[in-house]
Order: sequence, then C-alpha cells, then structure tokens
Amino acid sequence: MRYCETGFQLEVDLSKGSIDKVETDPRDTALYLGGHGYNAKILYDRVPPETDPWSPDNLLIFGNGLLNGTCVPGANRVSVNTIAPVNGFFGHSLMGGFFGAEMKQAGYDRIIIKGEAPDLVYLAIHNDKVEIRDATHLRGKGMLDTQRMIQEELGDKRAWVAAIGPAGEHRCITASIDCGNSSAARTPGPVMGAKKLKAIAIRGTKDVNLAHPKEMWEMCSRLRKELDANPNIGDWMATDEDDSFHHNNFAWGNARVRRKTFWSEGLEERWRNLKYDHMNRWTGCWNCPKACHNLIQWPNRRRFSYKCYGKDTYHMASFQELDFTYEILPVAMDLGFDSYSTPQTIAFGLELLDAGILTEADFPGMPADIRGRFYYLLQKMAFREGIGDVLANGVSGAAAIIGKGAEKFDHNTVKKFEQLPIKLGKLNPAYFLMIATGEDMAITQIEGSFPQDPIADPELREEFIKKWIAVPDKKFHDWFRQWVKRDELPDQAMVEITDWNECMHYLDDSLGFCGFVSSFRGQFGGTTGYHVWNMPDIITHGTGMEFDKDRLWECFQRNRTLIRALNNRRGLRRSMERPPEDHWAVRNEAYEQQLLTKYYDFKGWTFDAIPTKETLERLSLGWVAEDLIKRGVLTGDEPTALNDPRAKNEKE
Amino acid sequence: MENNGKKTRIVKNIKVDTKKCVGCKACEIACSAFHATPRYSSINTGRSRIMVVADEMLDIFVPIRAGDHTEAECNGRNSYIIDGKEYSECTFCPASCPSRDAFKDPDSGLPLKCDMCESDPPVEKPMCVDACTFGALTYEEREVEVTEPVTTVTDMDEGLKTLIKRYGLKKVMDTVVRVSKE
Repeated sequence: MRYCETGFQLEVDLSKGSIDKVETDPRDTALYLGGHGYNAKILYDRVPPETDPWSPDNLLIFGNGLLNGTCVPGANRVSVNTIAPVNGFFGHSLMGGFFGAEMKQAGYDRIIIKGEAPDLVYLAIHNDKVEIRDATHLRGKGMLDTQRMIQEELGDKRAWVAAIGPAGEHRCITASIDCGNSSAARTPGPVMGAKKLKAIAIRGTKDVNLAHPKEMWEMCSRLRKELDANPNIGDWMATDEDDSFHHNNFAWGNARVRRKTFWSEGLEERWRNLKYDHMNRWTGCWNCPKACHNLIQWPNRRRFSYKCYGKDTYHMASFQELDFTYEILPVAMDLGFDSYSTPQTIAFGLELLDAGILTEADFPGMPADIRGRFYYLLQKMAFREGIGDVLANGVSGAAAIIGKGAEKFDHNTVKKFEQLPIKLGKLNPAYFLMIATGEDMAITQIEGSFPQDPIADPELREEFIKKWIAVPDKKFHDWFRQWVKRDELPDQAMVEITDWNECMHYLDDSLGFCGFVSSFRGQFGGTTGYHVWNMPDIITHGTGMEFDKDRLWECFQRNRTLIRALNNRRGLRRSMERPPEDHWAVRNEAYEQQLLTKYYDFKGWTFDAIPTKETLERLSLGWVAEDLIKRGVLTGDEPTALNDPRAKNEKE
Repeated sequence: MENNGKKTRIVKNIKVDTKKCVGCKACEIACSAFHATPRYSSINTGRSRIMVVADEMLDIFVPIRAGDHTEAECNGRNSYIIDGKEYSECTFCPASCPSRDAFKDPDSGLPLKCDMCESDPPVEKPMCVDACTFGALTYEEREVEVTEPVTTVTDMDEGLKTLIKRYGLKKVMDTVVRVSKE
C-alpha cells in the first residue's frame, strides 16, 4: 500500500484520445517528493529541449504535493508545470483550493496532459471513470459559466472544475487556470488553451492512506491549533486594511511611479468601508485554519473572491482607487486573466500609446477614460482582436512584435516574465540573487524565510531570535545578530540566505504546503508554521518513509538542481540572470557578477550557471549529467564557478 | 439517568453558524479520519458523515450532518430564501436518499449516519467541532426529560435494514451464515 500518495498518475493524450492510469515508482517519490519536483522529472524525461512550448508534444502536468489530501493543515497546493511559451523555460504555477485533494481522492497523484485535441474538449474524472468530452458548446464561456455548466452536465455539484476562460482559449500569455477560489496563474493557462482543453472536472471518493495514523493525527491536530493561533501566518491582506506598504512603495502604472505619500488614514477608512460593505465572508482552502480569500459582491457584477496583492494591481496600474479593482476584477477573472501580469501588460500598451510608438489607429473605438480603456483592452486581449492580439503575448512578447523602441518600455521583466512593480534605491544583494537566479520567476515565490529588514534594538532582536526556531542552522542567528544595514552582510551570508529562502519554497511546492503558512511567512515575525524541523516528522508519519532534516534538504537541492538543468538544456545561462535594469537606481556590475559567481559556486554549478557533473551525481542525478554531456551542454570536466579561470576577480 | 425523580437523558447538539463557515472541509476530513478503520488511517471526505453544502457564487456554506436513511425521494420539495439568498431544496436535508449521492459509503452504497463520535473512550466533543477553528460548529449538551423509551439506532442497524430492504431477509441471513464460516 502507498501512503499519502496514491501511487498512480493519469496520463491523457488528447491527440490520440487515450487515457491511461499508470502506476508510479515509489523510489521517485523518495527522490522528488511530489509537486513540481516530480513534475520536473517527468518534463525532463519526456519533453526534449527542441520541443516548441506550443506544440502538442509539450506536457501540462497538474501535480499534487505529496501531503495534499491528507490531514496536514495547509497542504493543498497543486503544482501546474509545463514548458512556458513566454520564455521556453520550466513554467511553474501553484493552485490551492480543493482541486488537488479531490484529485488524490479520485486516485491520482498527478494528471499529465499531452497532445492537442481536434477541437475544444474537457476531461471528466470520477474515480476510475475518465472521459474526454466535447466542450465546443463552452467555447468563449467565462470561468463561472464553464464551471457551472460542467457541474450541471455531470449532475454533480461537488465536482471541482479547473477551467480556462476566453483568455486561455486564445492562448494569451497572461491567462490563468481557475478552480473555485483558486487559480494557477501564468504559464499553464495558454498551454491548456493550445491543447484545446477547456477544463478538467474531478470528483473522488477513495481513501488517502496514512502510514502512522495515530501519530499523524495527533501531530496534525496540534499543528492545526498552532497555525490557527499564530498571527504571523496566513495572508495579512485578508484582514489588515493598512495597505500603505504596497501603495507607498510599489510603482504605479507600467511600474513607473512611486507615490510615497499616497496612503492616509482617511483613505484607509474609506477603503475599509468599501470592502466590508461589499464583502460576504472570508473563504479558505482545503484543511487550512487560515481563510485568506475575500468573497465580494459588487453592484452589477457576479460574486468573486480574491486574495493578497490581487486587491491592488488593477487600480495601481491605472492610477485609480480600490473601487476600480472591485469593479474590473470579476470581469477580468471571468475572462481567465491573471491579475498580476495582465494589468501591467495593459499599462504597458497604454504607455506605448502615450509615447507615440502605438497610435490612436491601433485602438479603434477605445474610450477616452482610463477605466474604459482597461475594459477595452481586456476584451481585445481575451479574444485576440486588433492590438489585443499583440498585447496577448505579454509585455516582452508584444514589445518584440511592435519594435520601434517598444523594447525599452519592457523594463520590468526578468527572462521575459513580468515582475512585481518594485523600483528601489540601493542594491540589496540577497534580493539581487533571488530575482536574478530564481527558477520560479517571481520574487514572492523565492523570498520568505529570512527577514527583509534587520532589527536595530538588541533586546528585541534577541527576543526575535529566541522564537526563531525555523532556522536550519545557528549561523543564521549569528548573521542576523551582526546585521545592521539591509545591504551589508558577508557575501556568504547573502548566498546562504538566498539558498534557505529557495529551499522552503521548493519544499512547499513539492509537499503541497501553501507559502502563507510556510515559506513566505517566515520573514514576518519568524514564527512560520512549517520548517525543516517539523516537516520531516510529518513526512515520516504520513508516508512511512524515514525522513530527517538532511534528507529533506537534499530533496530540495535535487529538485532545484534538476529544474536548473532542465532550463540549462533549454538555453539558460549566466548572461540571462539579471534583474530589471532599473530595479535599483544604484547598481554595481562588478559586485553583482561576484555575487553570482559565489552563488553558483555554493550551489555546485559552473561559472556559466550549469550544475557540474559532480554536483548532479552527488544528488542522484547522474542520468541528467549524462544527458547534458551528450547534448554538449557540459563537457563533464568543468569546475565549480569559483575555480573557473574567469572567476579570478571574484576570488580577489 | 435520574434528576429529581424524573428520567432524563443528554441531548447532544451541534450548533451551526453558517456565516462563520469558510468551506475548508476540516469537519469532513476529521469525520472521515475518525471513522476510518483503523482509526485515523485514511482521509476520504466521500465517507464523511458531515458535508459542507457550498456554493461560493451564491455565498452559501451550510455544514449538514448525516441523519436517517430514507428509501424514497421526497414527494415535494422546499427551497428557502433567507436574507435574499435562495437555498436549494436539499441544502438543509440530512437524509441519505435516492435523489443524491450524499451520505452513502462510496464502496458499498450503504447509508452513513452521524453518531456524534460516540466511542470508548469517549471524545470530548465530536471531531468535526474540534476541527472547526472558525467557530462555525459548536457543541453543547443539554439534559432533557425522557418521555418515551429511548432506542439507539446504530450504523449497523441502518446498514442491515437497508440490506434487508434491498435483498430480502433470507438472502442477508444466508450471506451472514456463509461469510461467518469463511
């Protein structure tokens, strides 16, 4: 019997119309855990680097975290992975809610979609009964209608439906996949559209087994109460109406303008009333004691729920107020758009119009007011009409098509991926490393364990350290003690802080934990719910596999290195690892390069940012080393970065 | 139980505050774990004796406990409009019945019924209540005077009755005899 996992994956080829339930090898679980780690292994094995992300040979994988569907509180995230059309690299997105748990109860650890259907279809799964069904009647339908119509067709209101809207159908780069109150934003949506897969409906009524039932239940019951009582986890934006941080510090419009004095008490009171006058309740995800979603009913709109920074993006991109976000968000979400990158893409298009690179003729019939313009462009993008057909390629893609200097307005992307609109003064070394090298492409998916700022008061600092049990090693306590200025710590500290931050996200994404109870929340208050000291016992009691911190850490290193190698095979190199050039006003190229070299060296990678043969072999990835050597990506003789002759300056 | 010469018994009540429910299914998870064999050995909300009837787009979140089984569908339905929200006819109904798949064991199809987690040793409160950190479910006990003999309907009673109705008494008895010899 398999524990925590089902031991099966569902493999669907939409070109052939084939459906296979395939038993998996438990040794792979021991190596990659689940979620994005396991998905990366499948993508490496089955999608050669020559594969065009839009082609039927690309895979779209919905992979359960290993602990999803169990009694572990806050473990519910599905990693949705593919080769991303936006940049050709590993595409990674996370979806909370209930889809993963339902998938596991249906008897599957993951669903692998290959091929391309002849016309629009949806997949209906009820335990072992799996059908590919016609979805042509759902063409152009929004997310809500799609979910409801499929539930009605199946006669099952308890089925969870993960669907794309018109944006996904039309392969918009910023399309998302939505299921209930959760969505997998960016990268997977357009691939689902390319496969002509409108939705996956799933219902499961099978047991998910636990290896050490009594110990597991006792541990999870205790954790549930601890997480509930812990004020430092969950999404503070769900309940704290002081949102001065984002509004005063993040850049508005096309990531251009900081409004440092925007927030005021009067504004906060007005927005608080706006929210609670229209809010029905908070909603939560599978088995989580935090409820982070705000369910809103706005006049003349369908109900919708949002969480986190999704509350701000539309009104900040358009220089409006919260009422505009509440008005446009349900429309944008129903069209199937991600709320981070889509408003940035619209602001980018309008900036090109202001700059004269695009002209009024490119926007026929567009209203004069900014709110009307946002609606106009949403519709144009969702159905790829006129200029919308260009902007649907995302900021970098659109800039490349438009030319005429549009590339200079693409100033807030990394590896063609839209970033949070943050523009600051002085370089922050750890953040430089995270933004430049992060495989997850968004800082919120990389940062989170080490605090963002030092604590000046020695007493308060010691108080913080006393409660800070999440640190994997006491050296982080020492570095925190000596930390005074944000940008001043030894390079080794900056490298290892980056490594630990990454580690926690990698563990979350392979185990199924939500970052809000784990990796993302350690930086605020230091008492996050999950860390390398309590995760091993949960895995041991849940799965029966003996785990400790070192074995867990090695799983992180393996998954991190595997995804890096996958991207190396697709062309990722050192020269691409750069934050947006204007992310910090003051830059230091030599120092940044020195940081990169030290980071690569610490990781066991070459000067060119590729894992060495020895590193791969140490992590049981010798098969990857053989492949990289065969393909000429590695010779096999490269030293780690600091031992490369080109690293002479760094060593000095 | 006697109180001032009157026969009494304890009524166990789970109070449901639908406004506090966030739809997380912790109640369903706890119920299925507690009733698994061995206890806590599996999670399967399909086996839960509590179910959150949820429709986010209508802002409806109603946890209901499994009650008695009925062989026939209702001969009429009620829907409710409360505070402007329309609840469908089955929203508040605890029965396992032919019109829906709720509260039936997914393997055997036999009806499931909430037993308030009665066990030996007893638990402080039903597991669904213990798991609900949002306060949507609260537990209370009150003493009431007994006016008529109390019978306890167990899961096994319910299951046997259903089997007898479906297959006939003789076939069920024959099967019990045969299986017990195996």
